[in-house]
Amino acid sequence: MFKTIEEPAEGAVEILVEGVAHRVPANISVAAAALLCGLGSVRETPVSGAGRLPYCMMGVCFDCLMKINGQPNQRACQVTVAADMTVERQLGAAEYEDL
Amino acid sequence: MIDDRYELLIIGAGPAGMAAACEAASHGIRVAVLDNQAAPGGQIYRNVDRATNRQNRVLGKDFVKGRSLVEQFKQSGGSYFPGATVWFLDEKRRVGVLIDDKSFFVDADKLLLAAGAQERPMPIKGWQLPGVMTAGAGQILLKSAGMVPNGRLVLAGSGPLLLLLAYQYLQAGVKIDALIDTTPRGAISRSLGKLFEALPAADYLLKGVKMMLAVRRAGIPIYHGVEGLSAIGEEKLEAVRFDTGKTGFKKVTDCELRADTLLLHQGVISNIRLPLAAGCEIEWDAGQKNWAVTNDEWGRSSNADIYVVGDGSRISGAEASALQGRLAGMHASHQLGKISDSKLEVLSGPVVKSRKRHLSIRPFLDSCYTPSPRYLVPGDDTLVCRCEEITAGEIRQAVRLGCTGPNQVKSFTRCGMGPCQGGQCGSTVSLIIAEQLDKPMAEIGCLRVRPPLSPITLGQLSEA
Repeated sequence: MFKTIEEPAEGAVEILVEGVAHRVPANISVAAAALLCGLGSVRETPVSGAGRLPYCMMGVCFDCLMKINGQPNQRACQVTVAADMTVERQLGAAEYEDL
Repeated sequence: MIDDRYELLIIGAGPAGMAAACEAASHGIRVAVLDNQAAPGGQIYRNVDRATNRQNRVLGKDFVKGRSLVEQFKQSGGSYFPGATVWFLDEKRRVGVLIDDKSFFVDADKLLLAAGAQERPMPIKGWQLPGVMTAGAGQILLKSAGMVPNGRLVLAGSGPLLLLLAYQYLQAGVKIDALIDTTPRGAISRSLGKLFEALPAADYLLKGVKMMLAVRRAGIPIYHGVEGLSAIGEEKLEAVRFDTGKTGFKKVTDCELRADTLLLHQGVISNIRLPLAAGCEIEWDAGQKNWAVTNDEWGRSSNADIYVVGDGSRISGAEASALQGRLAGMHASHQLGKISDSKLEVLSGPVVKSRKRHLSIRPFLDSCYTPSPRYLVPGDDTLVCRCEEITAGEIRQAVRLGCTGPNQVKSFTRCGMGPCQGGQCGSTVSLIIAEQLDKPMAEIGCLRVRPPLSPITLGQLSEA
């Protein structure tokens, strides 16, 4: 759905998206990376289970909620990618195992 | 490390916040700026100090211009905290902020809120489908990641940003399959009367004409006066459907264009959650169809120690916002005893004059790009609250059952109770209720704001 207009100026980092390694430009948001990796949806809503992709990219809409480094319900547009980060789709409401 | 008290605490590092910080710091005020982004600039100058030459060429001069303000801000001597999430704020100017996973309370003698604007929701049928985003989101991806849509692209809506994005995409060599203009027919001719007062800002008008000509010359199919716009698809966006307005004697219904990406836009609205949390008075600006924060010529809100400036108080654009930030920074310095009455007068004179010039374009823009009522108040089957998946029909049903305002509707339907806390749906809900009860927006009011203003874990909270 999205592509870059040039080679990344500040290098690339490898992140694990849904268990698959992807090289993405450094310093972009996780939401941008998810779009670049071609994910069909970043989450399934807790209400109807419908798939969603990032919508506003500026922290307002909360449609880009993902599980980042094991932490559920993170706004992917507000988090910058880092080497070896694990990024997973948020399926429904968050589950906290140690509660 | 953040201190527990500052003379001037600023929230937001866009044009208004940065300019206010520069001004106040230059008068010896102890300033701190909290911003949720990783770098200064706000949305308008997002990533400006790291953009590549190619990005700068695509985004244009008005974007690159932001670099000098960002430089000035970095050298201002004020403390700057990027990646800061404000989760608490009250009328006593106590701010709860999360930085690097740690919570802090900070007090301020003077507080300045410059939280900027967000896109006005454009609730059409299917706007929740993957593949539909805001035009602003498209532009953020271009500024912050050098990313552009791939595949069949449709831009739809109304407003200067839509035109600017189309122009920038053309510079980047992106193919735009259609431009769907939802500006109500006649809006442009009705606003011609406001052209005269916009003449001091003729540079804005020329830029607009230049972009319009470029879009036309590129041969992009343009549909004007479009009604009944909807996004079609099962799991994701597959097509865009609409009725065109009258072209000659013909009115075409049920046009369908295949699309992979649909970018929507119908203007921007002030982000008023922080001012509301601080107890500042707001007012409905009927011309801008926006909840504006009541403030005086210095940007002071109904709470004399809290300034609310920039697009976060009323939509005024980057240049006028920065100038308003300067005025507020000066005034706060004066109130804190750092500059005299006469110095304030001398310093502010030229700023007031320049700001007036930049503001002169607004009445024309507001009237020319007024959002169509059809897309402000959607049909019954359209989702309004994207989080709790509540339709306009469910909201109307709650109103029929006796709800008189958005907070009651929230209790009845959960509309506005999801993770975004009504940030996305709030203005639409109030507009729907106002229309149904035939009452002014001031009487309907808006969703209440309660802390935490942003999500925070109990662990992070317990350390504050």
